[in-house]
Amino acid sequence: MFNTFKYILVGLIFGVTMYQSEAASWFRIFEMFHFQSFHMYGIIGTAVVLGILIVQGFKRGVMKNMDHQHVEFTDKNKSIPRYLIGGIIFGLGWALGGVCPGPMFVLIGAGYPVFIIFLFATMLGTVAYGALRSKLPH
Amino acid sequence: MMSNISPETVGLLNDLGLEYEYGKVPYVLQEAFTWPGFFTLRGATIVILAGFLVGFGARYAGGCTSGHAISGIANLQWPSLLAVCGFFIGGLIMVNFIFPFILKL
Repeated sequence: MFNTFKYILVGLIFGVTMYQSEAASWFRIFEMFHFQSFHMYGIIGTAVVLGILIVQGFKRGVMKNMDHQHVEFTDKNKSIPRYLIGGIIFGLGWALGGVCPGPMFVLIGAGYPVFIIFLFATMLGTVAYGALRSKLPH
Repeated sequence: MMSNISPETVGLLNDLGLEYEYGKVPYVLQEAFTWPGFFTLRGATIVILAGFLVGFGARYAGGCTSGHAISGIANLQWPSLLAVCGFFIGGLIMVNFIFPFILKL
């Protein structure tokens, strides 16, 4: 029972944080890309600092996951095109829609049903990627 | 739910022809993410194009904001830093050069 519940709990914390911190707000993303507020940089910066500490905790064996197991990290393959071109495409969408894949679920729950259409459009994007994958530089 | 967006950003939105008032900015862009907003050429273009790009880009880059910008950088991965540079290049191009044109639809 707790095994299922723990995922819901972590998701709940993530969702509430995204909403209450306003990281899911279109206007916060627009403001961030115009460098007109510290707000988003504060959120992301805090998450990164905390993330570094937690990742180091896992790597040094100080921390374990909820099942008391060691957490392994698989390094990403080193290449340039997929991260740079993929990143640019993602950035274009992030700035236009004001949400990345986490907040889009949060906003459906927060009472903005148009994000259901947004969600279908993202799935269409992943299908298009799958279809073009072999032709794209990675 | 209101967001306390900076006065400079609100001014910029006003310059783009969007009527938002400082201190009363809503949570999402009304011109696209409400049903009346969505059922316009401009609103539908924003929602569908943005969604498509987010999905395509996240799969292509192998991660999104939480994956690359937070977890990847926290794990000190160079590919994640590169992806985040990409996010910002794309974002800056969008807000400065493409978004003003999409608003004219």
